[in-house]
Amino acid sequence: MTEVTLAALTKRYAKAAQPALDALSLTLPSGKLTALLGPSGCGKTTALKLIAGLISPTSGQITFDGQQVASIPAEKRDAVMVFQNPLLFPYMTVAENIGFGLKLRGIAAVHIRQQVAEMLARVQLSGLGARRPADLSGGQQQRAALARALIVRPRVLLLDEPLSNLDAHLRGEMRGLIRDLQRETGVTMVVVTHDQHEAVVLADQIALILNGKLAQFAPPHAFYDAPRTEAVARFFGGRNFIKGDVRGGRFLCRSGPLMLPDGIADGPGTLTFRPENARIGIGENALSGVVIGKEYQGTQTRLDIKIGDQPVEISLRNQDAAPLEPGDTVGFTVSPENLWVIRP
Amino acid sequence: MRRLALVVLTLWLIAPMVPLAIWSLTQSWFFPDLLPAQWSLKSWRYVGSAASGVLPSLGLTIALSGAVTALSVALGLPAARALGLYRFRGKALVELLIFAPTLVPGIAVGMGLHSVFLSLGLTNSFAGVALAHLIPTLPYTILILAGVFANFDTAYEDQARSLGAGRLTVLRHITLPAILPGVITAALFAFLVSWSQYVLTLLIGGGRIVTLPLLLFNFTAAGRNDIAGAIAMIYILPGVLILMITARHLTGRNAAIALGKP
Repeated sequence: MTEVTLAALTKRYAKAAQPALDALSLTLPSGKLTALLGPSGCGKTTALKLIAGLISPTSGQITFDGQQVASIPAEKRDAVMVFQNPLLFPYMTVAENIGFGLKLRGIAAVHIRQQVAEMLARVQLSGLGARRPADLSGGQQQRAALARALIVRPRVLLLDEPLSNLDAHLRGEMRGLIRDLQRETGVTMVVVTHDQHEAVVLADQIALILNGKLAQFAPPHAFYDAPRTEAVARFFGGRNFIKGDVRGGRFLCRSGPLMLPDGIADGPGTLTFRPENARIGIGENALSGVVIGKEYQGTQTRLDIKIGDQPVEISLRNQDAAPLEPGDTVGFTVSPENLWVIRP
Repeated sequence: MRRLALVVLTLWLIAPMVPLAIWSLTQSWFFPDLLPAQWSLKSWRYVGSAASGVLPSLGLTIALSGAVTALSVALGLPAARALGLYRFRGKALVELLIFAPTLVPGIAVGMGLHSVFLSLGLTNSFAGVALAHLIPTLPYTILILAGVFANFDTAYEDQARSLGAGRLTVLRHITLPAILPGVITAALFAFLVSWSQYVLTLLIGGGRIVTLPLLLFNFTAAGRNDIAGAIAMIYILPGVLILMITARHLTGRNAAIALGKP
């Protein structure tokens, strides 16, 4: 169990105009799974390599349990990285690959064999230890790579896009395995991903990085219920942003006053709500507008609506949306607890 | 088709050697005889004797080419890694400078090098000749190894380090196994290029470092075709051995077959 703290961590590559990582400060809680989430090229893999010690920061500090690790080389840092590609060593068998880290630590061959056998069973690769990596499927290789990292009981396990090379039906399985192994071992785990769904399902905490900077660090639900900026909300599929003012627990805008949940202070802000939290009908917190677009999405139907010149998007049950066509006027409500105000 | 290629290749390379082999087994072979009237092992006995100096020269040549090969690979690896893996300013110029010696005539390089080595006290010595041989061997070594590194994924090294492997362990267990076929090819090339040097050895060695080709030339110049033939047989041996080992590769077969495995 190791708490990892990043303090103003910056990495600037020579000649690059923008730093790959810009003053990232973050505390990765001990024994929890933290997801570093962001679009590709946002610096998340850079952050992972910095923690692993494979590259050095331009400035800033990394501490493990309060101890500086800058002077500890990658091979002694015990922060094991699992790359996007399985990178199994082709000249070794699967078992030799998994036992590689133990061998480096001078563990006796008999103990290595036993631990490798247990690990093979744990990642459902029993009986495949004598094979060459090339003889395994993509999913099996990924599990072997995970086993190879986990077997050395690292202080921190760093996974770079562990699911991106897998077919859709294998992803769920691998996600479950990562989640279970993290809970069983209690290792501090960091998973880098560009997929918000993956982050939400896997992580205890999500650090969303946009443009090399930390945009928000919170448990998964906060990114839906309480996004800090419009960019954060947009990254998580938020589409509704209405500018206005908060006065005495009400949000005032051209579409009318709306009741807010308790505890929102007065001042200018942007109102946001999830498309799926809108209910068709009239009542408290009613809004009305003209349907300008309709898209059937299988389990639900999306409606694009214009309230005055303000576009919003709502998701309805298919039967609720069925009678509505573009050009119709529609009224809907969003209950106060589903509203959130983003501060400028 | 492959078999035919092998036969043609063998004939093309081996046929010119046949007269030399015949010369080494006779004392007199005159036009228009197709084969000599009398056979003899006299020239082979002379070559094996202390008086001829062939055996010490053979030892010297092996030691020299061996040292040049080792140096060439050791110096070529870091350069090839940089050229194969990274893009940097002036890379094209560096490549041109490294490969330039293969374009410039050896005698021109040798003359210039001689005056430099003279002032450094490196002439007439084994070390000086070995250094001079690096000029023609390094371009080949670097060219071959750069191609190997261009296909090498350094993430494997990062992965091994992350799992706890120090730099030497990474080199031994990860990098070397991956590039070994290329290193062997580069070493064979370096050995053969050094083995066949004449002008550089003559200029820098100043007649003190008498390698096999120098000795061979002496006997040829003296008109001793019989002894020259015998020395030539010894001289072509490494080339033939290396050809036999690599011929299967050239004709598209597996190396394991060359080693007699099914």
